Amino acid sequence: MAEEVKVFGAWGSPFSRRVELALQLKGVQYEYIEEDVHKNKSPLLLKYNPVHKKVPVLLHNGKPIAESLVILEYIEETWKGNPILPEDPYDRAMARFWAKFIDEKCLPAIWKAGWSPESEREKPVEEACECLKTLESALGGKRFFGGDKVGMVDIAANFIGYWLRLIQEVTGMELLSAEKFPELFKWTDEFVSCSVVKGSLPPRDKLLAFFKARIAETMD
Amino acid sequence: MAEEVKLFGAWGSPFSRRVEIALELKGIPFEYIEENVSDDKFKSPLLLKYNPIHKKVPVLLHNGKPVLESLIILEYVDETWKDNPILPEDPHERTMARFWARFIDEKCMPPVWKALLGTGEEREKALEEVRECLKTLEGVLNGKRFFGGETIGLLDIAANFIAFWLRVIQEVSGLEFLTADKCPVLIKWCDEFVSCNPVKEHLPPRDKLIAFMKNWLSGDGWTD
Repeated sequence: MAEEVKVFGAWGSPFSRRVELALQLKGVQYEYIEEDVHKNKSPLLLKYNPVHKKVPVLLHNGKPIAESLVILEYIEETWKGNPILPEDPYDRAMARFWAKFIDEKCLPAIWKAGWSPESEREKPVEEACECLKTLESALGGKRFFGGDKVGMVDIAANFIGYWLRLIQEVTGMELLSAEKFPELFKWTDEFVSCSVVKGSLPPRDKLLAFFKARIAETMD
Repeated sequence: MAEEVKLFGAWGSPFSRRVEIALELKGIPFEYIEENVSDDKFKSPLLLKYNPIHKKVPVLLHNGKPVLESLIILEYVDETWKDNPILPEDPHERTMARFWARFIDEKCMPPVWKALLGTGEEREKALEEVRECLKTLEGVLNGKRFFGGETIGLLDIAANFIAFWLRVIQEVSGLEFLTADKCPVLIKWCDEFVSCNPVKEHLPPRDKLIAFMKNWLSGDGWTD
Protein backbone atom coordinates (compact mmCIF):
# COMPACT_ATOMS: atom_id res chain seq x y z
CA MET A 1 0.00 0.00 0.00
CA ALA A 2 1.35 3.42 -0.86
CA GLU A 3 2.18 5.44 2.23
CA GLU A 4 0.27 8.62 2.75
CA VAL A 5 2.17 11.14 4.83
CA LYS A 6 0.92 14.69 5.35
CA VAL A 7 2.18 17.49 7.56
CA PHE A 8 -0.06 20.33 8.68
CA GLY A 9 2.32 23.14 9.53
CA ALA A 10 3.02 26.85 9.54
CA TRP A 11 5.94 28.30 7.60
CA GLY A 12 7.36 30.24 10.56
CA SER A 13 6.78 27.66 13.28
CA PRO A 14 9.91 25.97 14.64
CA PHE A 15 7.67 23.17 15.91
CA SER A 16 6.30 22.22 12.53
CA ARG A 17 9.75 22.69 10.94
CA ARG A 18 11.07 20.07 13.42
CA VAL A 19 8.74 17.50 11.92
CA GLU A 20 9.71 18.43 8.36
CA LEU A 21 13.39 18.18 9.26
CA ALA A 22 12.97 14.70 10.74
CA LEU A 23 11.04 13.47 7.70
CA GLN A 24 13.61 14.95 5.34
CA LEU A 25 16.47 13.42 7.33
CA LYS A 26 14.85 10.03 6.88
CA GLY A 27 14.02 10.57 3.23
CA VAL A 28 10.26 10.28 3.78
CA GLN A 29 8.06 11.84 1.09
CA TYR A 30 5.22 13.93 2.44
CA GLU A 31 2.56 16.40 1.42
CA TYR A 32 2.74 19.72 3.20
CA ILE A 33 -0.35 21.72 4.08
CA GLU A 34 0.18 25.31 5.21
CA GLU A 35 -2.12 26.46 7.99
CA ASP A 36 -3.01 30.05 8.76
CA VAL A 37 -2.50 29.64 12.48
CA HIS A 38 -3.15 33.23 13.42
CA LYS A 39 -6.45 33.88 11.75
CA ASN A 40 -7.97 30.86 10.12
CA LYS A 41 -7.21 27.29 11.14
CA SER A 42 -8.64 24.77 8.74
CA PRO A 43 -11.50 22.41 9.71
CA LEU A 44 -9.15 19.52 8.99
CA LEU A 45 -6.58 20.76 11.51
CA LEU A 46 -9.27 21.20 14.15
CA LYS A 47 -10.55 17.72 13.35
CA TYR A 48 -7.12 16.09 13.62
CA ASN A 49 -5.98 18.03 16.69
CA PRO A 50 -9.11 18.84 18.67
CA VAL A 51 -7.27 18.85 21.99
CA HIS A 52 -4.61 21.47 21.23
CA LYS A 53 -5.80 22.90 17.89
CA LYS A 54 -2.18 23.52 16.87
CA VAL A 55 0.37 22.69 14.26
CA PRO A 56 2.21 20.50 13.62
CA VAL A 57 0.01 17.52 12.96
CA LEU A 58 1.40 14.51 11.15
CA LEU A 59 -1.12 12.41 9.27
CA HIS A 60 0.13 8.93 8.46
CA ASN A 61 -2.23 6.75 6.46
CA GLY A 62 -5.12 8.76 7.85
CA LYS A 63 -4.06 8.60 11.51
CA PRO A 64 -3.18 11.95 13.11
CA ILE A 65 -0.42 12.61 15.61
CA ALA A 66 0.08 15.91 17.40
CA GLU A 67 2.83 17.58 19.50
CA SER A 68 6.18 17.94 17.77
CA LEU A 69 8.30 15.90 20.20
CA VAL A 70 5.70 13.13 20.25
CA ILE A 71 5.67 13.20 16.44
CA LEU A 72 9.48 12.95 16.34
CA GLU A 73 9.34 9.76 18.43
CA TYR A 74 6.71 8.35 16.08
CA ILE A 75 8.78 9.17 13.02
CA GLU A 76 11.81 7.52 14.64
CA GLU A 77 9.89 4.32 15.36
CA THR A 78 8.16 4.15 12.00
CA TRP A 79 11.00 4.91 9.59
CA LYS A 80 14.16 3.23 10.78
CA GLY A 81 16.76 4.79 8.47
CA ASN A 82 19.04 7.56 9.81
CA PRO A 83 18.05 7.22 13.46
CA ILE A 84 17.62 10.45 15.44
CA LEU A 85 17.77 8.75 18.83
CA PRO A 86 20.75 6.76 20.12
CA GLU A 87 20.45 3.02 20.72
CA ASP A 88 21.47 2.90 24.36
CA PRO A 89 18.47 3.36 26.72
CA TYR A 90 20.39 5.74 29.00
CA ASP A 91 21.51 7.94 26.11
CA ARG A 92 17.93 7.92 24.81
CA ALA A 93 16.66 9.03 28.23
CA MET A 94 19.20 11.89 28.25
CA ALA A 95 18.16 12.98 24.73
CA ARG A 96 14.50 13.02 25.80
CA PHE A 97 15.47 14.97 28.93
CA TRP A 98 17.26 17.67 26.94
CA ALA A 99 14.48 17.95 24.36
CA LYS A 100 11.99 18.44 27.18
CA PHE A 101 14.30 20.96 28.85
CA ILE A 102 14.45 22.95 25.64
CA ASP A 103 10.67 23.09 25.30
CA GLU A 104 9.77 23.63 28.94
CA LYS A 105 12.58 25.90 30.12
CA CYS A 106 14.69 27.32 27.27
CA LEU A 107 12.09 28.38 24.77
CA PRO A 108 9.76 30.19 27.20
CA ALA A 109 12.76 31.97 28.77
CA ILE A 110 14.15 33.01 25.39
CA TRP A 111 10.76 34.10 24.10
CA LYS A 112 10.20 36.23 27.21
CA ALA A 113 13.64 37.79 26.95
CA GLY A 114 13.22 38.49 23.26
CA TRP A 115 9.94 40.32 23.53
CA SER A 116 10.51 42.19 26.79
CA PRO A 117 10.85 45.94 26.30
CA GLU A 118 14.44 47.05 26.65
CA SER A 119 13.88 48.55 30.08
CA GLU A 120 12.56 45.27 31.47
CA ARG A 121 14.99 43.02 29.72
CA GLU A 122 17.68 42.39 32.32
CA LYS A 123 16.13 39.64 34.41
CA PRO A 124 14.55 37.67 31.54
CA VAL A 125 17.86 37.77 29.68
CA GLU A 126 19.68 36.52 32.77
CA GLU A 127 17.26 33.61 33.10
CA ALA A 128 17.54 32.79 29.42
CA CYS A 129 21.34 32.85 29.71
CA GLU A 130 21.18 30.31 32.52
CA CYS A 131 19.22 28.01 30.22
CA LEU A 132 21.68 28.43 27.40
CA LYS A 133 24.59 27.79 29.76
CA THR A 134 22.98 24.54 30.87
CA LEU A 135 22.26 23.56 27.29
CA GLU A 136 25.83 24.28 26.26
CA SER A 137 27.02 21.85 28.93
CA ALA A 138 24.84 19.18 27.30
CA LEU A 139 26.73 19.70 24.05
CA GLY A 140 29.90 18.65 25.89
CA GLY A 141 32.27 19.62 23.10
CA LYS A 142 30.49 17.50 20.49
CA ARG A 143 29.79 18.75 16.99
CA PHE A 144 26.04 18.10 17.41
CA PHE A 145 23.95 17.14 20.42
CA GLY A 146 23.46 13.87 18.56
CA GLY A 147 27.23 13.35 18.20
CA ASP A 148 28.52 13.29 14.63
CA LYS A 149 25.09 13.72 13.14
CA VAL A 150 21.99 15.75 13.83
CA GLY A 151 19.72 13.98 16.34
CA MET A 152 16.51 14.62 18.21
CA VAL A 153 17.99 17.22 20.55
CA ASP A 154 19.49 19.16 17.63
CA ILE A 155 16.11 19.09 15.93
CA ALA A 156 14.40 20.22 19.15
CA ALA A 157 16.93 23.05 19.46
CA ASN A 158 16.16 24.35 15.95
CA PHE A 159 14.69 27.52 17.42
CA ILE A 160 17.99 28.27 19.12
CA GLY A 161 19.91 27.33 16.00
CA TYR A 162 18.08 29.70 13.70
CA TRP A 163 15.12 31.70 15.00
CA LEU A 164 16.98 33.11 18.01
CA ARG A 165 19.69 34.81 15.97
CA LEU A 166 17.05 36.53 13.84
CA ILE A 167 15.15 37.68 16.93
CA GLN A 168 18.41 39.09 18.28
CA GLU A 169 18.96 40.95 15.04
CA VAL A 170 15.51 42.50 15.14
CA THR A 171 15.26 43.34 18.85
CA GLY A 172 18.86 44.21 19.61
CA MET A 173 18.80 41.76 22.49
CA GLU A 174 22.05 39.91 22.95
CA LEU A 175 21.60 36.47 24.34
CA LEU A 176 23.58 34.00 22.27
CA SER A 177 26.98 35.29 21.24
CA ALA A 178 30.28 33.71 20.38
CA GLU A 179 31.86 35.35 23.44
CA LYS A 180 29.29 34.17 25.97
CA PHE A 181 28.58 30.71 24.57
CA PRO A 182 31.36 29.74 22.17
CA GLU A 183 30.40 26.08 21.83
CA LEU A 184 26.68 26.66 21.44
CA PHE A 185 27.33 29.46 18.97
CA LYS A 186 29.55 27.17 16.91
CA TRP A 187 26.79 24.55 17.02
CA THR A 188 24.31 27.03 15.52
CA ASP A 189 26.60 27.50 12.54
CA GLU A 190 27.10 23.76 12.11
CA PHE A 191 23.36 23.20 12.43
CA VAL A 192 22.17 25.72 9.87
CA SER A 193 24.83 24.77 7.34
CA CYS A 194 23.86 21.08 7.30
CA SER A 195 22.32 20.47 3.91
CA VAL A 196 19.19 18.75 5.24
CA VAL A 197 18.62 21.42 7.87
CA LYS A 198 19.04 24.27 5.37
CA GLY A 199 16.11 22.99 3.38
CA SER A 200 13.89 22.91 6.46
CA LEU A 201 14.29 26.52 7.58
CA PRO A 202 11.93 29.40 6.87
CA PRO A 203 13.25 32.06 4.46
CA ARG A 204 15.37 34.56 6.40
CA ASP A 205 13.86 37.75 4.96
CA LYS A 206 10.33 36.57 5.44
CA LEU A 207 10.97 35.66 9.09
CA LEU A 208 12.79 38.94 9.77
CA ALA A 209 9.84 40.85 8.29
CA PHE A 210 7.45 38.82 10.43
CA PHE A 211 9.37 39.63 13.64
CA LYS A 212 9.66 43.30 12.74
CA ALA A 213 5.91 43.46 12.18
CA ARG A 214 5.33 41.81 15.54
CA ILE A 215 7.44 44.39 17.31
CA ALA A 216 5.59 47.19 15.54
CA GLU A 217 2.30 45.64 16.67
CA THR A 218 3.32 45.47 20.30
CA MET A 219 4.35 49.08 20.26
CA ASP A 220 0.89 50.23 19.15
CA MET B 1 27.38 -7.63 37.49
CA ALA B 2 24.76 -7.08 40.17
CA GLU B 3 22.35 -4.39 39.18
CA GLU B 4 22.10 -1.40 41.40
CA VAL B 5 18.73 0.32 41.21
CA LYS B 6 17.88 3.19 43.54
CA LEU B 7 14.91 5.50 43.54
CA PHE B 8 14.86 8.93 45.15
CA GLY B 9 11.21 9.71 45.84
CA ALA B 10 8.69 11.33 48.14
CA TRP B 11 5.85 9.43 49.83
CA GLY B 12 3.18 11.83 48.63
CA SER B 13 4.43 12.43 45.09
CA PRO B 14 2.41 10.85 42.29
CA PHE B 15 5.45 11.27 40.05
CA SER B 16 7.79 9.17 42.16
CA ARG B 17 5.02 6.63 42.81
CA ARG B 18 4.73 6.16 39.04
CA VAL B 19 8.29 4.87 38.91
CA GLU B 20 7.67 2.54 41.87
CA ILE B 21 4.69 1.02 40.05
CA ALA B 22 6.71 0.43 36.89
CA LEU B 23 9.57 -1.22 38.77
CA GLU B 24 7.09 -3.37 40.73
CA LEU B 25 5.33 -4.39 37.52
CA LYS B 26 8.59 -5.57 36.06
CA GLY B 27 9.78 -7.24 39.25
CA ILE B 28 12.85 -5.05 39.63
CA PRO B 29 14.20 -4.87 43.19
CA PHE B 30 15.25 -1.38 44.16
CA GLU B 31 16.47 0.65 47.10
CA TYR B 32 14.14 3.49 47.98
CA ILE B 33 15.40 6.77 49.40
CA GLU B 34 12.77 9.10 50.86
CA GLU B 35 13.39 12.79 50.22
CA ASN B 36 11.94 15.72 52.12
CA VAL B 37 10.76 17.85 49.22
CA SER B 38 8.99 20.55 51.21
CA ASP B 39 11.92 22.90 50.66
CA ASP B 40 15.18 22.85 48.72
CA LYS B 41 17.09 23.19 51.99
CA PHE B 42 15.82 19.79 53.13
CA LYS B 43 16.70 17.96 49.94
CA SER B 44 19.64 15.59 50.23
CA PRO B 45 23.03 16.49 48.70
CA LEU B 46 22.72 13.36 46.56
CA LEU B 47 19.41 14.45 45.05
CA LEU B 48 20.81 17.89 44.28
CA LYS B 49 23.87 16.23 42.73
CA TYR B 50 21.85 13.90 40.52
CA ASN B 51 19.20 16.45 39.52
CA PRO B 52 20.89 19.84 39.71
CA ILE B 53 18.65 21.45 37.10
CA HIS B 54 15.20 20.65 38.47
CA LYS B 55 16.12 19.52 42.01
CA LYS B 56 13.09 17.23 42.06
CA VAL B 57 12.04 13.67 42.66
CA PRO B 58 11.84 11.14 41.20
CA VAL B 59 15.40 10.30 40.26
CA LEU B 60 16.16 6.74 39.19
CA LEU B 61 19.76 5.73 39.70
CA HIS B 62 20.73 2.72 37.63
CA ASN B 63 24.26 1.48 38.13
CA GLY B 64 25.25 4.98 39.19
CA LYS B 65 23.64 6.84 36.27
CA PRO B 66 20.71 9.15 37.07
CA VAL B 67 17.54 9.21 34.95
CA LEU B 68 15.17 12.14 35.49
CA GLU B 69 11.53 13.12 34.89
CA SER B 70 8.91 10.48 35.64
CA LEU B 71 7.62 9.89 32.10
CA ILE B 72 11.16 9.68 30.75
CA ILE B 73 12.04 7.25 33.55
CA LEU B 74 9.02 5.10 32.62
CA GLU B 75 10.29 4.84 29.04
CA TYR B 76 13.78 4.06 30.29
CA VAL B 77 12.46 1.32 32.57
CA ASP B 78 10.46 -0.15 29.70
CA GLU B 79 13.47 -0.17 27.37
CA THR B 80 15.87 -1.57 29.94
CA TRP B 81 13.75 -4.36 31.44
CA LYS B 82 11.76 -6.04 28.70
CA ASP B 83 9.31 -8.18 30.75
CA ASN B 84 5.73 -6.98 31.16
CA PRO B 85 6.01 -4.12 28.66
CA ILE B 86 4.13 -0.95 29.56
CA LEU B 87 4.06 0.42 26.03
CA PRO B 88 2.29 -1.38 23.16
CA GLU B 89 4.28 -2.59 20.15
CA ASP B 90 2.46 -0.68 17.45
CA PRO B 91 4.12 2.74 16.87
CA HIS B 92 0.81 4.60 16.56
CA GLU B 93 -0.53 3.15 19.80
CA ARG B 94 2.75 3.88 21.58
CA THR B 95 2.55 7.44 20.33
CA MET B 96 -1.00 7.90 21.53
CA ALA B 97 -0.01 6.60 25.00
CA ARG B 98 2.79 9.18 25.09
CA PHE B 99 0.46 11.93 23.83
CA TRP B 100 -2.17 11.27 26.50
CA ALA B 101 0.43 10.93 29.27
CA ARG B 102 1.70 14.41 28.40
CA PHE B 103 -1.90 15.63 28.24
CA ILE B 104 -2.40 14.51 31.83
CA ASP B 105 0.73 16.29 33.05
CA GLU B 106 0.37 19.46 30.99
CA LYS B 107 -3.38 19.98 30.71
CA CYS B 108 -5.16 18.05 33.48
CA MET B 109 -3.03 18.67 36.53
CA PRO B 110 -2.31 22.42 36.49
CA PRO B 111 -6.00 23.46 36.61
CA VAL B 112 -6.55 21.14 39.60
CA TRP B 113 -4.13 23.28 41.62
CA LYS B 114 -5.63 26.45 40.17
CA ALA B 115 -9.11 25.36 41.26
CA LEU B 116 -7.86 24.45 44.73
CA LEU B 117 -6.02 27.67 45.31
CA GLY B 118 -8.24 30.04 43.36
CA THR B 119 -11.54 31.61 44.26
CA GLY B 120 -14.73 32.67 42.58
CA GLU B 121 -14.68 32.83 38.80
CA GLU B 122 -11.09 31.68 38.50
CA ARG B 123 -11.93 28.59 40.51
CA GLU B 124 -15.03 27.85 38.45
CA LYS B 125 -13.09 28.20 35.22
CA ALA B 126 -10.33 25.88 36.42
CA LEU B 127 -12.88 23.36 37.68
CA GLU B 128 -14.53 23.32 34.28
CA GLU B 129 -11.14 22.82 32.61
CA VAL B 130 -10.43 19.77 34.73
CA ARG B 131 -13.86 18.34 34.00
CA GLU B 132 -13.28 18.76 30.26
CA CYS B 133 -9.94 16.95 30.53
CA LEU B 134 -11.49 14.09 32.46
CA LYS B 135 -14.30 13.81 29.93
CA THR B 136 -11.65 13.59 27.19
CA LEU B 137 -9.84 10.83 29.07
CA GLU B 138 -13.13 8.98 29.51
CA GLY B 139 -13.33 8.98 25.72
CA VAL B 140 -9.76 7.70 25.42
CA LEU B 141 -10.53 4.82 27.77
CA ASN B 142 -13.35 3.89 25.42
CA GLY B 143 -14.86 1.21 27.62
CA LYS B 144 -11.57 -0.67 28.15
CA ARG B 145 -10.64 -2.02 31.53
CA PHE B 146 -7.36 -0.13 31.54
CA PHE B 147 -5.88 2.44 29.15
CA GLY B 148 -3.32 -0.26 28.37
CA GLY B 149 -6.04 -2.81 27.57
CA GLU B 150 -6.25 -5.89 29.79
CA THR B 151 -3.27 -4.89 31.92
CA ILE B 152 -1.98 -1.52 33.05
CA GLY B 153 0.37 0.38 30.78
CA LEU B 154 2.28 3.62 30.69
CA LEU B 155 -0.84 5.75 30.40
CA ASP B 156 -2.53 4.07 33.36
CA ILE B 157 0.59 4.67 35.42
CA ALA B 158 0.74 8.31 34.28
CA ALA B 159 -2.91 8.70 35.30
CA ASN B 160 -2.22 7.57 38.89
CA PHE B 161 -2.86 11.13 40.05
CA ILE B 162 -6.42 10.92 38.77
CA ALA B 163 -7.10 7.50 40.27
CA PHE B 164 -5.98 8.38 43.77
CA TRP B 165 -4.77 11.91 44.49
CA LEU B 166 -7.64 13.64 42.73
CA ARG B 167 -10.20 11.69 44.71
CA VAL B 168 -8.48 12.61 47.98
CA ILE B 169 -8.40 16.25 46.85
CA GLN B 170 -12.14 16.06 46.11
CA GLU B 171 -12.84 14.75 49.59
CA VAL B 172 -10.75 17.38 51.31
CA SER B 173 -11.86 20.36 49.24
CA GLY B 174 -15.44 19.47 48.42
CA LEU B 175 -14.73 20.34 44.77
CA GLU B 176 -16.35 17.89 42.39
CA PHE B 177 -13.87 17.20 39.65
CA LEU B 178 -14.68 13.60 38.81
CA THR B 179 -18.29 12.44 38.99
CA ALA B 180 -20.01 9.19 38.12
CA ASP B 181 -22.63 10.83 35.96
CA LYS B 182 -20.11 12.47 33.62
CA CYS B 183 -17.30 9.88 33.74
CA PRO B 184 -18.67 6.47 34.75
CA VAL B 185 -16.01 4.49 32.88
CA LEU B 186 -13.16 6.57 34.31
CA ILE B 187 -14.52 6.13 37.85
CA LYS B 188 -14.62 2.38 37.33
CA TRP B 189 -11.08 2.54 35.99
CA CYS B 190 -9.96 4.40 39.15
CA ASP B 191 -11.23 1.54 41.31
CA GLU B 192 -9.65 -1.12 39.10
CA PHE B 193 -6.36 0.76 39.02
CA VAL B 194 -5.91 1.36 42.75
CA SER B 195 -6.76 -2.24 43.58
CA CYS B 196 -4.52 -3.96 41.06
CA ASN B 197 -1.36 -5.65 42.22
CA PRO B 198 1.52 -3.48 41.01
CA VAL B 199 -0.30 -0.35 42.20
CA LYS B 200 -1.82 -1.01 45.59
CA GLU B 201 1.45 -1.16 47.52
CA HIS B 202 2.62 2.04 45.83
CA LEU B 203 0.02 4.57 46.85
CA PRO B 204 0.47 6.94 49.78
CA PRO B 205 -1.42 6.01 52.97
CA ARG B 206 -4.82 7.61 52.46
CA ASP B 207 -5.16 9.15 55.93
CA LYS B 208 -1.69 10.58 55.80
CA LEU B 209 -2.41 12.22 52.42
CA ILE B 210 -5.75 13.59 53.61
CA ALA B 211 -4.10 15.10 56.69
CA PHE B 212 -1.31 16.53 54.55
CA MET B 213 -3.73 18.14 52.08
CA LYS B 214 -5.94 19.57 54.83
CA ASN B 215 -2.88 21.06 56.45
CA TRP B 216 -1.61 22.50 53.17
CA LEU B 217 -4.96 23.98 52.15
CA SER B 218 -5.50 25.59 55.52
CA GLY B 219 -2.37 27.61 54.88
CA ASP B 220 -0.27 25.92 57.51
CA GLY B 221 2.31 25.32 54.90
CA TRP B 222 3.88 22.40 53.23
CA THR B 223 4.97 20.00 55.92
CA ASP B 224 5.82 16.35 55.73
